[in-house]
Amino acid sequence: MRSFGYAEAENAQGLAAALGKGYRIKAGGIDLLDMMKERIDKSERIVSITGMTELRGIKERDGGVAIGALTTLNEIARDETLRKAFPALPDTVCNAATPQVREVATIAGNILQRPRCWFFRQAEYNCLRKSGQACYAVAGDNTYHSIYPMGACHITHPSNIAPALVAVGAQIIASDGKNPKSYDIRDFFLTPEQDLKRENKLPQNEFITEIFLPKMPEKSAYVEVKEKQSFDWPLAACVATYADKKWSIILAHVAPVPLRATLAENVVGEKADIDENLALQAAEAAVKTAQPMAYNGFRVHLAKAVVRRALLKACGKDFHA
Amino acid sequence: MKQTISFTLNGNSVTVESHPMQPLLYALREDADAPGTKYGCGEGECGACTVILNDELVMSCLVPVVQAEGARVETIEGLANADELHAVQQAFLESGGAQCGICTPGMIMAGVHHLRHPERAPGGVPEALEGNLCRCTGYTRIFTAMKRAKEILSAGGTGS
Ligand SMILES: Cc1cc2nc3c(=O)[nH]c(=O)nc-3n(C[C@H](O)[C@H](O)[C@H](O)COP(=O)(O)OP(=O)(O)OC[C@H]3O[C@@H](n4cnc5c(N)ncnc54)[C@H](O)[C@@H]3O)c2cc1C
Ligand code: FES
Ligand code: FES
Repeated sequence: MRSFGYAEAENAQGLAAALGKGYRIKAGGIDLLDMMKERIDKSERIVSITGMTELRGIKERDGGVAIGALTTLNEIARDETLRKAFPALPDTVCNAATPQVREVATIAGNILQRPRCWFFRQAEYNCLRKSGQACYAVAGDNTYHSIYPMGACHITHPSNIAPALVAVGAQIIASDGKNPKSYDIRDFFLTPEQDLKRENKLPQNEFITEIFLPKMPEKSAYVEVKEKQSFDWPLAACVATYADKKWSIILAHVAPVPLRATLAENVVGEKADIDENLALQAAEAAVKTAQPMAYNGFRVHLAKAVVRRALLKACGKDFHA
Repeated sequence: MKQTISFTLNGNSVTVESHPMQPLLYALREDADAPGTKYGCGEGECGACTVILNDELVMSCLVPVVQAEGARVETIEGLANADELHAVQQAFLESGGAQCGICTPGMIMAGVHHLRHPERAPGGVPEALEGNLCRCTGYTRIFTAMKRAKEILSAGGTGS
């Protein structure tokens, strides 16, 4: 067994000091421990933040909702305020992973989890994201890889909850122990073109304290398609929200970042009520720029289906498959 | 560096000397002499290692033992009462809910947790047990067992 240092942070100052010494944060630990066991994450110092209870909980504030970084997926899934005001958000996590994972996994850890690409997750494949020379998905089995090319690596972003946060333009509130920092989630995630080794902008010396949703949408819906009912990441998912005469249509699990379907948003325009025909046109626009790889063409059809269904569901309409 | 970590295991206090990031699963099996909890995948993919930690259902392969410091841990070993099985155990026995048995301790702990907190799984037993894989039974007998467990409990059987 590899040995490494372990510390527990009790407050922001202590955590900032640990990060200054190169410690890596452990929240729920679901992703971090997995990565360490696979010898992909070789962190030598770990700092647990589970004792920082002030980072846990969901509060209404300034007309919006603040979700503490340590709030678990199950707490979000069961929250009554969110269930009423923004049902798509709890819907993104209430069937994610398994009950055991949801009990422990935190919102910050969820949006920062590393990609699930099966080449990246095996130490034997020294892929681009691990400083190697090739993306093995190009010539290998790319069933679960991106259908929207955004550079030389073809991961999909694995977070279920991120697309809902992108839809409402959430702010990620972070800290370096001295000053609060704020990131607009809409440009927080990095494509492989922007950075091959990192999936987001958070610097090593900062930690997330909360996710702030400035405004609840008037309508919202989440639709996902997956191979198994549990234990599984979706093959494609979509969050659609409507606020201030604008739709946000965000695709998930099909691109290296939660993907804003601007072409689809243009099709629906200001229309608050969307019918079957318009939903279909929007769905077609959403996949116009898709470029599937050898084995994942079927997911273009799934992406189209989830956009259409999410729009109809947000308008309170039944959709047939 | 090893550290002294204390918690209660099925009501008894235990102290282990362990690296703080050692999975709770290994601490239970190897240091606390409680090998009832099983190792399946070690990566959160099967649920075999499921235990109850402070009333929450967790996978002990992904919980560092230090997180159990001062906590209440419940495992399969703590369910039976003297020589009477817990209702869920008795029901698995009667209904053939176990075949090879590797998933059974975790499955039963998830079942026990569900009977304590049915509101957490609005979809009922299949939803409550969705984090536990079984390669043998095809689940039907496990669902039958959960039904039987409720009957045993309402008839005044052991279980809490
Ligand atoms: C079987 C299985 C199925 C799964 N299915 C899904 C699924 O369908 N959908 C889905 O979205 N996820 C799924 N997951 C992934 C799981 O949801 C994530 O691993 C989990 O949310 C990570 O959260 P955590 O708190 O455990 O993070 P950790 O593992 O503790 O941390 C993850 C990363 O975030 C960093 N970090 C954590 N908190 C902070 C903070 N406050 N500030 C700065 N950095 C921080 C850590 O340093 C680390 O790099 C699944 C996992 C398993 C095992
Ligand atoms: S051994 Fe823990 S989930 Fe499989
Ligand atoms: S009884 Fe064999 S895996 Fe469930």
